[in-house]
Amino acid sequence: MKVGVIVFPGSNCDRDMYHVLTDVFNLDAQYFWHEKGLPKNIDAVILPGGFSYGDRLRSGAIAAHSPIINDVRKMADKGIPILGVCNGFQILVEAGLLPGALLKNTSLNFMCGWTNLIVENNKTPFTNKLKLNQKIPIPIANGEGRYYVDNDTLKKLKKNNQIVFRYEEVINGSTDRIAGVCNEDGNVVGMMPHPERAAESAINPIDNKPSSLIFESLIKTIGVKN
Amino acid sequence: MLAVFNVHVTIENKPGISDPEGETILNDLVLKGGDSSISKIKTAKMLKFTIKEKDKKSAQAKVQKICDELRIYNPMVSKVTIDVFDAS
Repeated sequence: MKVGVIVFPGSNCDRDMYHVLTDVFNLDAQYFWHEKGLPKNIDAVILPGGFSYGDRLRSGAIAAHSPIINDVRKMADKGIPILGVCNGFQILVEAGLLPGALLKNTSLNFMCGWTNLIVENNKTPFTNKLKLNQKIPIPIANGEGRYYVDNDTLKKLKKNNQIVFRYEEVINGSTDRIAGVCNEDGNVVGMMPHPERAAESAINPIDNKPSSLIFESLIKTIGVKN
Repeated sequence: MLAVFNVHVTIENKPGISDPEGETILNDLVLKGGDSSISKIKTAKMLKFTIKEKDKKSAQAKVQKICDELRIYNPMVSKVTIDVFDAS
């Protein structure tokens, strides 16, 4: 089972993600440069965090036009699990693969620190080993993390169970404290916090188990290494 | 015969979406400075295009098309205003 980690110019969490997938969870992972295509034998795709194209225009807006996004779109349509973390989430939103928009935090500050997520949907390929309402201690690191949807879209998200994570508390002005969403089919998930920075006890001062379950959910979904 | 036009694209948050930068400039600078005649300040981003087209109307239409197709602005949160000027 192979996981593709997409690398854009300005990605900077790609190595952390690759390390966690391979060294911690023993998955077969491979980097893919954004100008190349994705092979057909990929079982899951992760868009890591960073500052693609230096956040020019808007976070994720330029990378959303990268050639590889066409393949990501095809895989999304086929139901293959796709996860966007932080800038990866922003790219998926800008590409129209996930609803909404990510605006500057209401503080206008780059926010970097630990926060708590609450699991709102445990049916996705990345949350199926978590419990509903389970708390996840996890770091955030973003300047444009304020998730926004209009009222009609919010109603639709609630109706379709597309809200995957909420912040436990109001931290950045996100609509309805939303921290992560999925598409209607549930296979494309985006989240602002960084599970790859929270899945090992050595770097998680609180509890690494809940973030580990995000990766264990993926393993449950796609199976173990061949 | 083509002419050169300057096209200004102003991108701002739609009404109802908070603009903390504009609010701070209003509340903590302008109103504290004593000018109570100002009731609102909104921040925006402006892109200035220079374009060769046959007239102002087609210059505006071309830039609008580019902005829509390439998602230069995010229609979920932003509105754009496009103004065309003769390039001097």
